[in-house]
Amino acid sequence: MEMLASLVVAVLFACGAYLVLRARTFPVAIGLALLSYGVNLFLFFTGRLVTGAPPLAGGAAATADPLPQALVLTAIVIGFGMTAFVVALSLRARGELGNDHVDGAGEER
Amino acid sequence: MSHWIMAPLLLPLLAGMVNLLLVRHGPGPQRLVSLLTTAALLPVAILLLLRADSGEIVLYQLGNWPAPFGISLVLDRLSAMLLVLTALLALPALVAATAGDDRRGENFHVLFPLQLFGINGAFLTGDLFNLFVFFEVMLIASYGLALHGGGRDRVRAGLHYVVLNLIGSSLFLVAIGTLYGIAGTLNMADLAIYTTTAAVEQTPLLRAAALLLLTVFALKAAVLPLHLWLPALYSAGIAPVAALFAIMTKVGVYAILRTFTLILPVTGPGADVAAVLPAVALLTIALGALGALGAHRLTVLIAYLVVVSVGTLLAGISLFTVPGLTAALFYLPHTTLITAGLFLLAALIAGRRGAVGDQLQAVAVNPGNLLGGLFFLAAIAVAGMPPLGGFLGKLLLLQAVPPPQAPWLWTVVLVGGLAAIVALSRAGSSLFWRTEGEGVAGTGLPLPLLTSTVLLLALTVALTVWAAPLTRYAEATATQLLRPQETVEAVLGREAGR
Repeated sequence: MEMLASLVVAVLFACGAYLVLRARTFPVAIGLALLSYGVNLFLFFTGRLVTGAPPLAGGAAATADPLPQALVLTAIVIGFGMTAFVVALSLRARGELGNDHVDGAGEER
Repeated sequence: MSHWIMAPLLLPLLAGMVNLLLVRHGPGPQRLVSLLTTAALLPVAILLLLRADSGEIVLYQLGNWPAPFGISLVLDRLSAMLLVLTALLALPALVAATAGDDRRGENFHVLFPLQLFGINGAFLTGDLFNLFVFFEVMLIASYGLALHGGGRDRVRAGLHYVVLNLIGSSLFLVAIGTLYGIAGTLNMADLAIYTTTAAVEQTPLLRAAALLLLTVFALKAAVLPLHLWLPALYSAGIAPVAALFAIMTKVGVYAILRTFTLILPVTGPGADVAAVLPAVALLTIALGALGALGAHRLTVLIAYLVVVSVGTLLAGISLFTVPGLTAALFYLPHTTLITAGLFLLAALIAGRRGAVGDQLQAVAVNPGNLLGGLFFLAAIAVAGMPPLGGFLGKLLLLQAVPPPQAPWLWTVVLVGGLAAIVALSRAGSSLFWRTEGEGVAGTGLPLPLLTSTVLLLALTVALTVWAAPLTRYAEATATQLLRPQETVEAVLGREAGR
């Protein structure tokens, strides 16, 4: 289970890193979204992978850590808002600069 | 009394929210609200500074939940000093914006206080995750402010800035997750206890987290090779925003200072940082100086001087000794205020030169003797020439270096200073002396902008006059920073510190 979880995070990060290095704003925005998914899962997994455990300390029994879920919630809100902002800004850049290259450079250059 | 710690957070947050409601009523009421709150921040910050100067580390627990479970705000000498600096910088920047720049979009007076909220919060928080949250508040406001006024250059520079910082935020969260996964806490003082007593098998993870945090903070501070966004962004933004952004790189410097003295001390898991930082700092100075020499616009030149100043600060910090930190902390307020003043001065000069703006090329317009005199004063101050404070800061830095590292640091700092002087005199002569060719004079000198510029320059002179108390304070701050157990005791109680 741990292996699968870390593989998922690794694949998300790899795809995200590849996409943010692209030269067009659309793949960059998708890459940022994938990076933030990877980060959210990573934060979630830092509470350890347990199933069916109560969320608060109850003696010697295994417990699920509720704090990473609170952290993830904050990170999701911020990440979601920022992805929306990047999309809006990319559209603005497309309008102002005349193309969707991240440096605003067109094919003619 | 201790509730006053909340004031630097609540005042700007409230002002931002009130201004959001006042958007329909035009800039008049919004200006009043922003000016009143920003002006009120200064006495509050000074009050907190006096409190912190007694050597006491003040802890404030929101909702009275005990640390490490609740949200902690920690006020020590370093955060108090930076709060005062933020307030001192914000007021002139805001006054300068009332010259008309704040009307170029309707949300300036919403974003400006929220930016202050984020900056002040980052300085006060005692929790790593809240540091992330306040960073985000600060960055989100700064995205809006950087794009304020619109236009091709701002959008292009803003897009790079936003994307880079989002990647930085992801890395920050990965570092936070790593630390939480092994330590089970994110309270800075609690982490400090954990990292100093951590088992050997945890060390690789702690070292990885330390280097990740360094990368994130280096991006915020614009340290080589993560500085490339800064010159484009600062030169594209409107002058008051560029002036306020002078403190933003220092937030990154603050975070480096806080993390690697308290959470991951360089004597423990932060050892790699202590090994990397001196070289990176010197390379930052060198590359910033080269950029300043090659700049074709005055604002780009000043932006590269910001990069040089960050490198100089880190050169002092990377020593992690009392003299090194003292030099950096003495230099910090000086360099922040003078670079902010230079951005405002550049706007004044550009306004006088009409269509050419701040491009370093000859036009038939002389910006005037007043601006010439101010530029001369500012150039001396920012290049670190005697008799102004920048010189004293660099002198302290040169004295602080232990002999083995001295040849490198002396060479880079002194040659970097020389490059700054060459770049500034080249800029000054083409702006003020080469009055040839065509050109139409621009507008006059907007009074708010001129007042703010003079105020910021006067503040740097004042810092020189009161260099002795400032040095004493910087030294006390450095001593406090290098005794992290004092913070741990203040936050978690006397037992935990032992």
